[in-house]
Amino acid sequence: MSVAETIGDENSLADAEPLLRVEGLKMHFPVTEGLFMRRTVGHVKAVDGVSFTIAPGETLGLVGESGCGKTTVGRCILRLENPGAGKVVFAGTDIAGMKASEISKLRQDVQVIFQDPFSSLNPRQKIGSIISEPLRVHGIIKDPTKRRERVAELLRICGLNPRFADRYPHEMSGGQRQRVGIARALSVNPKFIVCDEAVSALDVSIQAQVINLLEDLREQFNFSYLFIAHDLSVVRHICHRVAVMYLGKIAELADCDELFDNPRHPYTQALLSAVPVPDPTVEEARSHQILEGEVPSPMNPPSGCVFHPRCPQAIETCRREVPELQEFSPGHMVACPVVLGK
Amino acid sequence: MYKYAIKRILLMIPTLIGAGLLVFMLMRMIPGDVCEIRLGGTGLMVDKEQIEICRDSLGLNQSMAKQFYDFAVGIATLEFGDSMWTGRPVTEEIAIRFQLTLQIAIMATLTAVIIALPFGVISAIKQNTWMDYCIRVFSIAGIATPSFWLGIMIILGLLIASQHLFGEPWMMPIEYTPIWEDPLANLSQTIWPAVAVGYRYAAVVVRMTRSAMLEVLREDYVRTARAKGLFEKVIINQHALKNALLPVITLVGIEFAFLIGGLVVTEQVFNLNGLGKLFVDAVLDHDFTLTQALVMMVVAVFVVVNLLVDLIYAWVDPRIHYS
Repeated sequence: MSVAETIGDENSLADAEPLLRVEGLKMHFPVTEGLFMRRTVGHVKAVDGVSFTIAPGETLGLVGESGCGKTTVGRCILRLENPGAGKVVFAGTDIAGMKASEISKLRQDVQVIFQDPFSSLNPRQKIGSIISEPLRVHGIIKDPTKRRERVAELLRICGLNPRFADRYPHEMSGGQRQRVGIARALSVNPKFIVCDEAVSALDVSIQAQVINLLEDLREQFNFSYLFIAHDLSVVRHICHRVAVMYLGKIAELADCDELFDNPRHPYTQALLSAVPVPDPTVEEARSHQILEGEVPSPMNPPSGCVFHPRCPQAIETCRREVPELQEFSPGHMVACPVVLGK
Repeated sequence: MYKYAIKRILLMIPTLIGAGLLVFMLMRMIPGDVCEIRLGGTGLMVDKEQIEICRDSLGLNQSMAKQFYDFAVGIATLEFGDSMWTGRPVTEEIAIRFQLTLQIAIMATLTAVIIALPFGVISAIKQNTWMDYCIRVFSIAGIATPSFWLGIMIILGLLIASQHLFGEPWMMPIEYTPIWEDPLANLSQTIWPAVAVGYRYAAVVVRMTRSAMLEVLREDYVRTARAKGLFEKVIINQHALKNALLPVITLVGIEFAFLIGGLVVTEQVFNLNGLGKLFVDAVLDHDFTLTQALVMMVVAVFVVVNLLVDLIYAWVDPRIHYS
């Protein structure tokens, strides 16, 4: 498939009525000090004005280094966190302002696969109980025999032997546990799944299996994924579109191949140049762009463009003005005044 | 599982022998013996010969090895002998007091668990709110308050309150009545020491429950439970509390075993004729047979409770297998 075709394909995906629309999402965590009189001394701006959409059946990758706010975005969409500001519209309803009673309903549509397959399963529950619990509490399948059948089916879908239903998590390997996590997420027939670093804790060979499983499931059930990751090659493999985050903001958002082939934002370029190429001669020849300095504290982010102190191309404007995410070419959004030629 | 239990029970034997040897040596290292105290207690000059006769009759003039052999054989055959002080069988001396101590230990444990589990859980899920602060003050106060002082306060409080309410002071009964004979009389005597001891006990368990819950509530699988859309009640009871219980069970087990032999001061305050008081008297009187039997009993209780705790572990936590 040529690059042009891929873009054409995915543009049509992006044009469809979005399943999820995130607008100006902000999540600031207060930082408090003092032993008796707790006072707020500042805020960690974990997510600071993030907007994107996800179409039905689409996979959006969310990448960026540790602490840039990727996971917080995921948690806000799952309503494990109450967004401070902005909208999260899922299938036409704004879930940012939902009451606790409505969230339980939301959980049937929006599910999550967590990073660590070892700690995210209750060690005292059998696999069958872990997977069937959502079916029970949401009253999706009331008959215990049918619930057991459904668990067996889910295990089979995820490539596990149905006999595993009677096992405990500690009796399984990491890859098997992650499949249990996936089966659990699938149990309620969700429309949208947040994969929060779903494969980062697995061995490379197991990673490939799990990624293929996620892709197969997407084709079979037409899920949308928000794929949070820091492994860029994995993201390139599975995602339709990719958003690059830096310090709580989206720096660049484009179709997958476009972003990897023509990265525009200086941060994306630096990020991509850090990915090693598996050919020693190419790797030797190509230039590496190594970022200077550390990621600034999200408590006290730089003025203007948050990337400007580390940006090799920064100009005077970057220090003063906060860049908006704007269209550079169709479907390719960049938040950088230099790239946008302003 | 059964194999493990049997292995553990067999391992009790060296523990008991070690404890027996220790208490045997320690008792004989204290200067003086029961005969000197018994005959010289009046402060008068005592005939040396009389002391020797007394020693002979109690077998204290035999060689150490022979004495230890008799003691060990006695323990093994559950023949504990007679008290050197009162002359009555040791088992009888213990039996009349064991019931009272055991009842108070059980009641204190129940009080503690009933108070501590809900308080600990609330304190953890409402961390850093006024409820949490209140419970923390309650539990720190409990740890800082000596049981005997609380006991004195309870006795005084009962006297003053009854004086005000009924016009005459009410004292709790001094004589112990078994609970099946007269529950009211029994409880009106035992409930106060149980509360006095139970408060401190509860305070310790609240702290443990709270910290265990706080730890578990931050676990990923609790987040998973939230993501499943479970109700908070289910998350707390089924996912978090079950996992937080292990350290709490250990603590309750150790404290319970401790209460069997360790209620000395509280028993004194409430004027209870329990094992703690018997223990102190036996040591002061140099009553070797009684002290040794008591120590062996407490050691046995500790070992058995520890074994039970370990077996409960395997029952509540599927990850633990004993083989």
